[in-house]
Amino acid sequence: MDQNDLRSIVTVLAFLTFIGIVLWAWSGKRKQAFDEAARLPFSEDDAPAADGARKEGKTS
Amino acid sequence: MENQATYNYKVVRQFAVMAVVWGIVGMFVGVFIAAQLVWPQLNLHEVLGFGRLRPLHTNAVVFAFGGSALFATSYYVVQRTCHAPLFAPRLAAFTFWGWQLVIVLAAISLPLGMTTTKEYAELEWPIDLLITVVWVAYAIVFFGTIARRKVSHIYVANWFYGGFILTVALLHIVNSCEIPVTLTKSYSCYAGVQDAMVQWWYGHNAVGFFLTAGFLGMMYYYVPKQAGRPVYSYRLSVVHFWALIFTYMWAGPHHLHYTALPDWTQSLGMIFSLILLAPSWGGMINGIMTMSGAWHKLRDDPILKFLITSLSFYGMSTFEGPMMSIKTVNALSHYTDWTVGHVHSGALGWVAFISIGSIYYLMPRLFGKEQMYSVKLMTAHFWIATIGVVLYIASMWIAGVMQGLMWRATNPDGTLTYAFVESVKATYPYWTIRFIGGLMFLTGMLLMAWNTWKTIAGAKAYDAPVLAPAGHHA
Repeated sequence: MDQNDLRSIVTVLAFLTFIGIVLWAWSGKRKQAFDEAARLPFSEDDAPAADGARKEGKTS
Repeated sequence: MENQATYNYKVVRQFAVMAVVWGIVGMFVGVFIAAQLVWPQLNLHEVLGFGRLRPLHTNAVVFAFGGSALFATSYYVVQRTCHAPLFAPRLAAFTFWGWQLVIVLAAISLPLGMTTTKEYAELEWPIDLLITVVWVAYAIVFFGTIARRKVSHIYVANWFYGGFILTVALLHIVNSCEIPVTLTKSYSCYAGVQDAMVQWWYGHNAVGFFLTAGFLGMMYYYVPKQAGRPVYSYRLSVVHFWALIFTYMWAGPHHLHYTALPDWTQSLGMIFSLILLAPSWGGMINGIMTMSGAWHKLRDDPILKFLITSLSFYGMSTFEGPMMSIKTVNALSHYTDWTVGHVHSGALGWVAFISIGSIYYLMPRLFGKEQMYSVKLMTAHFWIATIGVVLYIASMWIAGVMQGLMWRATNPDGTLTYAFVESVKATYPYWTIRFIGGLMFLTGMLLMAWNTWKTIAGAKAYDAPVLAPAGHHA
Protein backbone atom coordinates (compact mmCIF):
# COMPACT_ATOMS: atom_id res chain seq x y z
CA MET A 1 0.00 0.00 0.00
CA ASP A 2 1.65 3.24 -1.04
CA GLN A 3 0.96 6.65 0.40
CA ASN A 4 -1.61 7.46 -2.28
CA ASP A 5 -3.83 4.67 -0.95
CA LEU A 6 -3.56 6.24 2.49
CA ARG A 7 -4.53 9.60 1.01
CA SER A 8 -7.57 8.06 -0.66
CA ILE A 9 -8.60 6.35 2.57
CA VAL A 10 -8.31 9.59 4.52
CA THR A 11 -10.43 11.41 1.93
CA VAL A 12 -13.12 8.73 2.02
CA LEU A 13 -13.08 8.71 5.84
CA ALA A 14 -13.43 12.50 5.88
CA PHE A 15 -16.41 12.24 3.52
CA LEU A 16 -18.06 9.53 5.66
CA THR A 17 -17.46 11.65 8.76
CA PHE A 18 -19.21 14.55 7.10
CA ILE A 19 -22.18 12.36 6.11
CA GLY A 20 -22.26 11.21 9.72
CA ILE A 21 -22.38 14.82 10.92
CA VAL A 22 -25.29 15.57 8.58
CA LEU A 23 -27.24 12.53 9.82
CA TRP A 24 -26.46 13.45 13.42
CA ALA A 25 -27.58 17.05 12.91
CA TRP A 26 -30.87 15.98 11.38
CA SER A 27 -31.63 13.21 13.84
CA GLY A 28 -34.73 13.90 15.92
CA LYS A 29 -32.78 13.34 19.13
CA ARG A 30 -30.81 16.53 18.63
CA LYS A 31 -33.85 18.73 18.11
CA GLN A 32 -34.36 19.76 21.71
CA ALA A 33 -30.69 20.45 22.36
CA PHE A 34 -30.41 22.53 19.18
CA ASP A 35 -33.52 24.51 20.09
CA GLU A 36 -31.96 25.27 23.46
CA ALA A 37 -28.69 26.30 21.85
CA ALA A 38 -30.49 28.50 19.31
CA ARG A 39 -32.09 30.44 22.17
CA LEU A 40 -28.73 31.11 23.88
CA PRO A 41 -28.35 34.67 22.56
CA PHE A 42 -31.78 35.45 24.02
CA SER A 43 -31.19 34.03 27.48
CA GLU A 44 -29.82 37.40 28.47
CA ASP A 45 -31.09 40.88 27.93
CA ASP A 46 -28.50 43.15 26.43
CA ALA A 47 -30.88 45.85 25.35
CA PRO A 48 -29.04 49.15 25.09
CA ALA A 49 -28.61 50.36 28.63
CA ALA A 50 -31.78 51.92 29.81
CA ASP A 51 -31.66 53.50 33.24
CA GLY A 52 -32.61 50.25 34.94
CA ALA A 53 -29.83 48.28 33.31
CA ARG A 54 -27.37 50.99 34.21
CA LYS A 55 -28.14 50.67 37.88
CA GLU A 56 -27.53 46.93 37.75
CA GLY A 57 -24.17 47.21 36.05
CA LYS A 58 -21.30 49.36 37.06
CA THR A 59 -19.73 52.10 35.06
CA SER A 60 -15.98 52.21 34.96
CA MET B 1 -18.66 35.66 41.94
CA GLU B 2 -19.22 39.24 43.11
CA ASN B 3 -15.67 40.19 42.18
CA GLN B 4 -16.39 39.42 38.51
CA ALA B 5 -19.83 40.90 38.35
CA THR B 6 -19.47 42.51 34.92
CA TYR B 7 -18.44 41.41 31.45
CA ASN B 8 -15.10 42.65 30.15
CA TYR B 9 -16.28 45.28 27.69
CA LYS B 10 -13.11 47.37 27.83
CA VAL B 11 -11.23 45.37 25.21
CA VAL B 12 -14.41 45.17 23.10
CA ARG B 13 -14.70 48.97 23.21
CA GLN B 14 -11.07 49.41 22.25
CA PHE B 15 -11.27 47.08 19.26
CA ALA B 16 -14.68 48.43 18.14
CA VAL B 17 -13.45 52.03 18.08
CA MET B 18 -10.20 51.06 16.35
CA ALA B 19 -12.15 49.12 13.72
CA VAL B 20 -13.79 52.40 12.69
CA VAL B 21 -10.45 54.23 12.72
CA TRP B 22 -8.57 51.58 10.72
CA GLY B 23 -11.51 51.21 8.36
CA ILE B 24 -11.15 54.86 7.42
CA VAL B 25 -7.36 54.64 7.10
CA GLY B 26 -7.43 51.47 5.01
CA MET B 27 -10.24 52.64 2.76
CA PHE B 28 -8.60 56.04 2.31
CA VAL B 29 -5.45 54.31 1.05
CA GLY B 30 -7.68 52.23 -1.24
CA VAL B 31 -9.33 55.34 -2.67
CA PHE B 32 -5.89 56.92 -3.12
CA ILE B 33 -4.47 53.99 -5.09
CA ALA B 34 -7.70 53.88 -7.13
CA ALA B 35 -7.02 57.54 -7.95
CA GLN B 36 -3.43 56.64 -8.89
CA LEU B 37 -4.76 54.33 -11.59
CA VAL B 38 -6.85 57.16 -13.03
CA TRP B 39 -4.19 59.86 -12.52
CA PRO B 40 -0.75 58.19 -12.58
CA GLN B 41 0.85 61.55 -11.66
CA LEU B 42 -0.26 60.78 -8.09
CA ASN B 43 2.61 58.29 -7.80
CA LEU B 44 4.48 61.11 -6.08
CA HIS B 45 7.37 59.19 -4.56
CA GLU B 46 8.44 55.57 -4.36
CA VAL B 47 7.15 55.38 -0.79
CA LEU B 48 3.77 56.59 -2.00
CA GLY B 49 3.78 54.55 -5.21
CA PHE B 50 1.00 52.14 -6.13
CA GLY B 51 3.22 49.07 -5.62
CA ARG B 52 4.01 49.99 -2.00
CA LEU B 53 0.57 51.32 -1.05
CA ARG B 54 -1.47 48.46 -2.50
CA PRO B 55 -0.30 45.90 0.11
CA LEU B 56 -0.73 48.60 2.76
CA HIS B 57 -4.36 48.97 1.64
CA THR B 58 -5.07 45.22 1.69
CA ASN B 59 -3.37 44.68 5.05
CA ALA B 60 -5.11 47.70 6.57
CA VAL B 61 -8.61 46.76 5.49
CA VAL B 62 -8.30 42.99 6.06
CA PHE B 63 -6.23 42.77 9.21
CA ALA B 64 -6.61 46.21 10.82
CA PHE B 65 -10.28 46.97 10.05
CA GLY B 66 -11.59 43.40 9.63
CA GLY B 67 -9.29 42.05 12.34
CA SER B 68 -10.32 44.67 14.91
CA ALA B 69 -13.99 44.05 14.10
CA LEU B 70 -13.44 40.30 14.58
CA PHE B 71 -11.63 40.74 17.90
CA ALA B 72 -14.33 43.13 19.18
CA THR B 73 -17.31 41.02 18.18
CA SER B 74 -15.80 37.65 19.13
CA TYR B 75 -14.89 38.91 22.61
CA TYR B 76 -18.42 40.27 22.99
CA VAL B 77 -20.22 37.21 21.65
CA VAL B 78 -18.14 34.63 23.52
CA GLN B 79 -18.75 36.36 26.85
CA ARG B 80 -22.46 36.88 26.35
CA THR B 81 -23.23 33.41 25.02
CA CYS B 82 -21.06 31.67 27.64
CA HIS B 83 -22.39 33.83 30.50
CA ALA B 84 -18.82 34.25 31.65
CA PRO B 85 -16.43 37.20 31.61
CA LEU B 86 -13.29 36.92 29.46
CA PHE B 87 -10.64 34.48 30.60
CA ALA B 88 -7.25 36.11 31.32
CA PRO B 89 -8.25 39.78 30.97
CA ARG B 90 -4.61 40.93 30.96
CA LEU B 91 -3.90 38.65 28.04
CA ALA B 92 -6.96 40.11 26.30
CA ALA B 93 -5.52 43.60 26.83
CA PHE B 94 -2.24 42.31 25.39
CA THR B 95 -4.03 41.12 22.23
CA PHE B 96 -5.34 44.66 21.74
CA TRP B 97 -2.02 46.44 22.13
CA GLY B 98 -0.10 43.69 20.34
CA TRP B 99 -2.46 43.79 17.35
CA GLN B 100 -2.22 47.59 17.18
CA LEU B 101 1.58 47.29 17.20
CA VAL B 102 1.41 44.81 14.30
CA ILE B 103 -0.71 47.30 12.36
CA VAL B 104 1.63 50.22 13.05
CA LEU B 105 4.66 48.13 12.05
CA ALA B 106 2.87 47.16 8.83
CA ALA B 107 2.08 50.79 8.10
CA ILE B 108 5.78 51.64 8.45
CA SER B 109 7.46 48.64 6.84
CA LEU B 110 5.28 48.20 3.75
CA PRO B 111 5.71 51.74 2.34
CA LEU B 112 9.45 51.36 2.98
CA GLY B 113 9.40 48.39 0.63
CA MET B 114 10.03 45.66 3.21
CA THR B 115 8.01 42.74 1.96
CA THR B 116 8.04 38.97 1.62
CA THR B 117 6.04 39.52 -1.63
CA LYS B 118 3.48 36.91 -0.51
CA GLU B 119 0.02 38.36 -1.08
CA TYR B 120 -1.84 39.09 2.20
CA ALA B 121 1.28 37.83 4.02
CA GLU B 122 3.70 40.57 2.98
CA LEU B 123 4.88 41.38 6.50
CA GLU B 124 8.48 40.44 7.25
CA TRP B 125 9.55 37.80 9.72
CA PRO B 126 9.88 39.83 12.97
CA ILE B 127 6.28 41.02 12.52
CA ASP B 128 5.22 37.45 11.66
CA LEU B 129 6.60 36.32 15.01
CA LEU B 130 4.71 39.08 16.82
CA ILE B 131 1.50 38.07 15.01
CA THR B 132 2.02 34.49 16.18
CA VAL B 133 2.38 35.55 19.82
CA VAL B 134 -0.69 37.79 19.68
CA TRP B 135 -2.70 35.08 17.97
CA VAL B 136 -1.79 32.43 20.55
CA ALA B 137 -2.86 34.87 23.27
CA TYR B 138 -6.14 35.43 21.40
CA ALA B 139 -6.75 31.66 21.26
CA ILE B 140 -6.04 31.30 24.99
CA VAL B 141 -8.47 34.11 25.88
CA PHE B 142 -11.19 32.86 23.53
CA PHE B 143 -11.04 29.14 24.29
CA GLY B 144 -10.37 29.85 27.96
CA THR B 145 -13.64 31.78 28.08
CA ILE B 146 -15.47 28.89 26.40
CA ALA B 147 -13.95 26.49 28.93
CA ARG B 148 -15.34 28.50 31.86
CA ARG B 149 -18.82 28.86 30.34
CA LYS B 150 -21.86 28.61 32.62
CA VAL B 151 -24.09 27.01 29.98
CA SER B 152 -23.82 23.53 28.52
CA HIS B 153 -24.01 24.43 24.81
CA ILE B 154 -21.36 26.23 22.82
CA TYR B 155 -23.37 28.60 20.63
CA VAL B 156 -22.78 28.17 16.89
CA ALA B 157 -21.27 31.67 16.49
CA ASN B 158 -18.47 30.55 18.82
CA TRP B 159 -17.82 27.51 16.63
CA PHE B 160 -17.28 29.81 13.66
CA TYR B 161 -15.06 32.19 15.65
CA GLY B 162 -13.14 29.22 17.07
CA GLY B 163 -12.67 27.66 13.63
CA PHE B 164 -11.43 31.00 12.36
CA ILE B 165 -8.90 31.39 15.19
CA LEU B 166 -7.48 27.86 14.88
CA THR B 167 -7.27 27.86 11.09
CA VAL B 168 -5.67 31.29 10.83
CA ALA B 169 -3.02 30.10 13.31
CA LEU B 170 -2.29 27.07 11.12
CA LEU B 171 -2.25 29.09 7.89
CA HIS B 172 -0.01 31.80 9.30
CA ILE B 173 2.53 29.39 10.72
CA VAL B 174 2.80 27.23 7.58
CA ASN B 175 2.85 30.04 5.03
CA SER B 176 5.16 32.29 7.05
CA CYS B 177 7.85 29.61 7.26
CA GLU B 178 10.79 31.68 6.07
CA ILE B 179 14.54 31.94 6.45
CA PRO B 180 15.69 35.33 7.78
CA VAL B 181 18.69 36.88 6.06
CA THR B 182 18.65 40.26 7.77
CA LEU B 183 16.27 41.91 10.21
CA THR B 184 14.08 43.10 7.35
CA LYS B 185 14.54 40.41 4.71
CA SER B 186 13.68 36.73 4.59
CA TYR B 187 13.16 34.05 1.98
CA SER B 188 10.36 31.49 1.87
CA CYS B 189 11.06 27.93 3.05
CA TYR B 190 9.40 26.68 -0.12
CA ALA B 191 10.51 26.93 -3.71
CA GLY B 192 8.89 27.08 -7.13
CA VAL B 193 5.40 25.75 -7.59
CA GLN B 194 5.28 24.39 -4.02
CA ASP B 195 5.80 27.94 -2.81
CA ALA B 196 2.97 29.15 -5.05
CA MET B 197 0.67 26.36 -3.83
CA VAL B 198 1.42 27.00 -0.14
CA GLN B 199 0.86 30.71 -0.73
CA TRP B 200 -2.55 30.20 -2.33
CA TRP B 201 -3.54 27.51 0.10
CA TYR B 202 -2.92 30.29 2.62
CA GLY B 203 -4.41 33.02 0.46
CA HIS B 204 -7.70 31.33 -0.26
CA ASN B 205 -8.14 30.09 3.29
CA ALA B 206 -7.43 33.61 4.50
CA VAL B 207 -10.55 34.45 2.48
CA GLY B 208 -12.36 31.34 3.74
CA PHE B 209 -11.53 31.59 7.41
CA PHE B 210 -10.39 35.15 8.17
CA LEU B 211 -12.88 36.84 5.84
CA THR B 212 -15.69 34.28 5.97
CA ALA B 213 -15.81 31.99 9.02
CA GLY B 214 -15.10 34.81 11.47
CA PHE B 215 -17.70 37.08 9.92
CA LEU B 216 -20.21 34.21 9.83
CA GLY B 217 -19.70 34.13 13.59
CA MET B 218 -20.90 37.73 13.60
CA MET B 219 -23.81 36.79 11.35
CA TYR B 220 -25.00 33.97 13.62
CA TYR B 221 -25.13 36.27 16.65
CA TYR B 222 -26.01 39.75 15.44
CA VAL B 223 -28.63 38.83 12.81
CA PRO B 224 -30.77 36.82 15.29
CA LYS B 225 -30.27 39.46 18.00
CA GLN B 226 -31.20 42.41 15.83
CA ALA B 227 -34.09 40.54 14.18
CA GLY B 228 -35.27 39.42 17.62
CA ARG B 229 -35.69 35.77 16.65
CA PRO B 230 -33.48 32.69 16.82
CA VAL B 231 -31.57 31.52 13.78
CA TYR B 232 -33.84 29.94 11.13
CA SER B 233 -32.34 26.46 11.39
CA TYR B 234 -29.78 25.58 14.01
CA ARG B 235 -29.08 22.17 12.48
CA LEU B 236 -28.41 23.84 9.14
CA SER B 237 -25.90 26.11 10.90
CA VAL B 238 -24.11 23.03 12.28
CA VAL B 239 -23.90 21.46 8.82
CA HIS B 240 -22.92 24.87 7.36
CA PHE B 241 -19.97 24.99 9.76
CA TRP B 242 -18.65 21.49 9.09
CA ALA B 243 -19.21 21.72 5.33
CA LEU B 244 -17.09 24.87 5.20
CA ILE B 245 -14.40 23.25 7.34
CA PHE B 246 -14.29 20.15 5.12
CA THR B 247 -14.23 21.94 1.76
CA TYR B 248 -12.53 25.34 2.03
CA MET B 249 -9.06 23.89 2.61
CA TRP B 250 -8.99 22.41 -0.91
CA ALA B 251 -10.05 25.39 -2.99
CA GLY B 252 -6.71 27.26 -3.14
CA PRO B 253 -5.43 25.83 -6.46
CA HIS B 254 -8.04 27.83 -8.41
CA HIS B 255 -5.69 30.80 -7.97
CA LEU B 256 -3.11 28.93 -10.06
CA HIS B 257 -5.07 27.82 -13.15
CA TYR B 258 -2.91 27.40 -16.26
CA THR B 259 0.34 27.66 -14.32
CA ALA B 260 3.10 25.12 -13.58
CA LEU B 261 0.79 23.55 -10.95
CA PRO B 262 -0.17 20.01 -12.05
CA ASP B 263 -3.44 19.84 -13.98
CA TRP B 264 -5.05 17.43 -11.53
CA THR B 265 -4.42 19.88 -8.67
CA GLN B 266 -6.02 22.69 -10.66
CA SER B 267 -9.07 20.54 -11.40
CA LEU B 268 -9.30 19.49 -7.75
CA GLY B 269 -9.28 23.14 -6.69
CA MET B 270 -11.97 23.91 -9.24
CA ILE B 271 -14.24 21.04 -8.11
CA PHE B 272 -13.97 21.94 -4.43
CA SER B 273 -14.64 25.59 -5.25
CA LEU B 274 -17.83 24.53 -7.04
CA ILE B 275 -18.85 22.35 -4.08
CA LEU B 276 -18.39 25.40 -1.82
CA LEU B 277 -21.43 26.98 -3.41
CA ALA B 278 -23.65 24.62 -1.39
CA PRO B 279 -22.53 25.44 2.16
CA SER B 280 -22.13 29.13 1.31
CA TRP B 281 -25.68 29.42 0.07
CA GLY B 282 -26.94 27.22 2.89
CA GLY B 283 -25.47 29.74 5.32
CA MET B 284 -26.79 32.73 3.42
CA ILE B 285 -30.30 31.27 3.28
CA ASN B 286 -30.11 30.44 6.98
CA GLY B 287 -29.21 34.05 7.78
CA ILE B 288 -31.81 35.62 5.53
CA MET B 289 -34.61 33.23 6.56
CA THR B 290 -33.99 34.25 10.17
CA MET B 291 -35.81 37.42 9.11
CA SER B 292 -38.97 35.57 8.12
CA GLY B 293 -41.86 37.06 10.02
CA ALA B 294 -39.76 40.11 10.86
CA TRP B 295 -39.25 41.58 7.39
CA HIS B 296 -41.09 44.77 8.32
CA LYS B 297 -38.20 45.60 10.66
CA LEU B 298 -35.98 46.15 7.62
CA ARG B 299 -37.98 49.23 6.73
CA ASP B 300 -36.74 51.44 9.51
CA ASP B 301 -33.80 49.60 11.05
CA PRO B 302 -30.52 50.55 9.33
CA ILE B 303 -28.58 47.93 11.35
CA LEU B 304 -30.75 45.17 9.89
CA LYS B 305 -30.37 46.77 6.46
CA PHE B 306 -26.58 46.44 6.77
CA LEU B 307 -26.76 42.86 8.08
CA ILE B 308 -29.24 41.53 5.52
CA THR B 309 -27.62 43.34 2.58
CA SER B 310 -24.29 41.86 3.66
CA LEU B 311 -25.84 38.39 3.33
CA SER B 312 -27.07 39.24 -0.16
CA PHE B 313 -23.54 40.24 -1.14
CA TYR B 314 -22.22 37.08 0.55
CA GLY B 315 -24.57 35.05 -1.64
CA MET B 316 -23.57 36.99 -4.74
CA SER B 317 -19.84 36.72 -4.25
CA THR B 318 -20.00 33.04 -3.23
CA PHE B 319 -21.88 32.37 -6.46
CA GLU B 320 -19.45 34.42 -8.52
CA GLY B 321 -16.38 32.80 -6.90
CA PRO B 322 -17.17 29.20 -7.89
CA MET B 323 -18.07 30.38 -11.40
CA MET B 324 -14.70 32.16 -11.70
CA SER B 325 -12.91 29.04 -10.47
CA ILE B 326 -14.09 27.10 -13.54
CA LYS B 327 -10.99 26.86 -15.68
CA THR B 328 -12.55 28.15 -18.90
CA VAL B 329 -14.14 31.12 -17.11
CA ASN B 330 -10.88 31.75 -15.30
CA ALA B 331 -9.07 31.87 -18.64
CA LEU B 332 -11.08 35.02 -19.32
CA SER B 333 -11.24 36.51 -15.83
CA HIS B 334 -7.79 35.89 -14.39
CA TYR B 335 -5.41 38.88 -14.16
CA THR B 336 -8.28 41.24 -15.06
CA ASP B 337 -10.21 43.76 -12.95
CA TRP B 338 -13.06 41.23 -12.71
CA THR B 339 -11.06 39.59 -9.91
CA VAL B 340 -10.71 42.96 -8.19
CA GLY B 341 -14.45 43.49 -8.49
CA HIS B 342 -15.17 40.01 -7.10
CA VAL B 343 -12.91 40.58 -4.10
CA HIS B 344 -14.59 43.90 -3.33
CA SER B 345 -18.08 42.47 -3.69
CA GLY B 346 -17.02 40.17 -0.85
CA ALA B 347 -14.88 42.64 1.08
CA LEU B 348 -17.11 45.73 0.90
CA GLY B 349 -20.51 44.13 0.41
CA TRP B 350 -20.16 41.22 2.79
CA VAL B 351 -17.28 41.73 5.25
CA ALA B 352 -17.50 45.49 5.70
CA PHE B 353 -21.32 45.59 5.77
CA ILE B 354 -21.68 42.89 8.42
CA SER B 355 -18.91 44.53 10.47
CA ILE B 356 -20.51 47.97 10.19
CA GLY B 357 -23.91 46.57 11.20
CA SER B 358 -22.40 44.71 14.15
CA ILE B 359 -20.42 47.75 15.32
CA TYR B 360 -23.53 49.95 15.14
CA TYR B 361 -25.21 47.30 17.30
CA LEU B 362 -22.33 47.30 19.77
CA MET B 363 -21.45 50.98 20.21
CA PRO B 364 -24.49 52.12 22.22
CA ARG B 365 -24.33 48.97 24.37
CA LEU B 366 -20.68 49.54 25.18
CA PHE B 367 -21.19 53.14 26.23
CA GLY B 368 -24.46 52.93 28.15
CA LYS B 369 -26.54 54.61 25.44
CA GLU B 370 -29.93 53.58 24.14
CA GLN B 371 -29.17 54.21 20.49
CA MET B 372 -26.56 55.60 18.15
CA TYR B 373 -26.51 59.42 18.07
CA SER B 374 -28.33 59.53 14.74
CA VAL B 375 -30.39 56.80 13.09
CA LYS B 376 -30.75 59.00 10.00
CA LEU B 377 -26.97 59.14 9.59
CA MET B 378 -26.84 55.32 9.81
CA THR B 379 -29.47 55.08 7.08
CA ALA B 380 -27.55 57.62 4.97
CA HIS B 381 -24.38 55.58 5.53
CA PHE B 382 -26.19 52.47 4.33
CA TRP B 383 -27.43 54.00 1.07
CA ILE B 384 -24.20 55.83 0.22
CA ALA B 385 -22.17 52.68 0.87
CA THR B 386 -24.57 50.46 -1.09
CA ILE B 387 -24.48 52.70 -4.16
CA GLY B 388 -20.68 52.87 -3.78
CA VAL B 389 -20.34 49.07 -3.80
CA VAL B 390 -22.64 48.68 -6.78
CA LEU B 391 -20.69 51.29 -8.78
CA TYR B 392 -17.45 49.58 -7.77
CA ILE B 393 -18.33 46.03 -8.75
CA ALA B 394 -20.35 46.90 -11.88
CA SER B 395 -17.49 48.97 -13.30
CA MET B 396 -14.98 46.24 -12.50
CA TRP B 397 -17.14 43.57 -14.15
CA ILE B 398 -17.29 45.55 -17.36
CA ALA B 399 -13.60 46.47 -17.21
CA GLY B 400 -12.56 42.90 -16.46
CA VAL B 401 -14.55 41.22 -19.22
CA MET B 402 -13.38 43.89 -21.66
CA GLN B 403 -9.73 43.39 -20.69
CA GLY B 404 -10.04 39.61 -20.95
CA LEU B 405 -11.61 39.85 -24.40
CA MET B 406 -9.04 42.37 -25.65
CA TRP B 407 -6.09 40.32 -24.41
CA ARG B 408 -7.28 37.13 -26.09
CA ALA B 409 -8.36 38.71 -29.41
CA THR B 410 -6.25 37.62 -32.36
CA ASN B 411 -6.09 38.62 -36.01
CA PRO B 412 -6.57 36.00 -38.77
CA ASP B 413 -2.77 35.77 -39.09
CA GLY B 414 -2.47 34.87 -35.40
CA THR B 415 -1.06 38.16 -34.14
CA LEU B 416 -2.65 39.93 -31.19
CA THR B 417 -5.34 42.43 -32.12
CA TYR B 418 -4.58 44.80 -29.26
CA ALA B 419 -1.40 45.97 -27.59
CA PHE B 420 -1.60 45.78 -23.78
CA VAL B 421 -1.56 49.55 -23.49
CA GLU B 422 -4.74 49.76 -25.57
CA SER B 423 -6.57 47.75 -22.90
CA VAL B 424 -5.17 50.11 -20.27
CA LYS B 425 -6.46 53.10 -22.20
CA ALA B 426 -9.88 51.50 -22.63
CA THR B 427 -10.13 50.87 -18.87
CA TYR B 428 -9.76 54.52 -17.75
CA PRO B 429 -13.51 55.31 -17.65
CA TYR B 430 -14.17 52.25 -15.47
CA TRP B 431 -11.32 53.07 -13.12
CA THR B 432 -12.88 56.51 -12.73
CA ILE B 433 -16.26 54.98 -11.83
CA ARG B 434 -14.53 52.62 -9.41
CA PHE B 435 -12.77 55.61 -7.80
CA ILE B 436 -16.15 57.30 -7.31
CA GLY B 437 -17.65 54.10 -5.85
CA GLY B 438 -14.75 53.76 -3.43
CA LEU B 439 -14.98 57.43 -2.49
CA MET B 440 -18.66 56.95 -1.65
CA PHE B 441 -17.88 53.96 0.53
CA LEU B 442 -15.22 55.99 2.36
CA THR B 443 -17.71 58.85 2.79
CA GLY B 444 -20.07 56.42 4.49
CA MET B 445 -17.28 55.43 6.89
CA LEU B 446 -16.68 59.09 7.72
CA LEU B 447 -20.39 59.44 8.58
CA MET B 448 -19.96 56.40 10.82
CA ALA B 449 -16.97 57.98 12.55
CA TRP B 450 -18.92 61.21 13.18
CA ASN B 451 -21.93 59.26 14.43
CA THR B 452 -19.70 57.15 16.69
CA TRP B 453 -17.95 60.24 18.02
CA LYS B 454 -21.26 61.93 18.87
CA THR B 455 -22.46 58.70 20.51
CA ILE B 456 -19.49 58.09 22.75
CA ALA B 457 -18.18 61.60 23.44
CA GLY B 458 -18.91 62.34 27.08
CA ALA B 459 -20.53 58.92 27.53
CA LYS B 460 -19.34 56.70 30.32
CA ALA B 461 -17.91 53.32 29.49
CA TYR B 462 -20.48 50.73 30.47
CA ASP B 463 -19.88 47.12 31.52
CA ALA B 464 -22.95 44.93 31.60
CA PRO B 465 -23.49 42.61 34.59
CA VAL B 466 -22.74 38.93 34.09
CA LEU B 467 -25.92 36.93 33.79
CA ALA B 468 -26.57 34.64 36.74
CA PRO B 469 -26.50 30.93 35.84
CA ALA B 470 -29.85 29.47 34.88
CA GLY B 471 -32.09 28.90 37.88
CA HIS B 472 -30.55 31.76 39.83
CA HIS B 473 -32.69 34.49 38.36
CA ALA B 474 -34.18 36.84 40.86
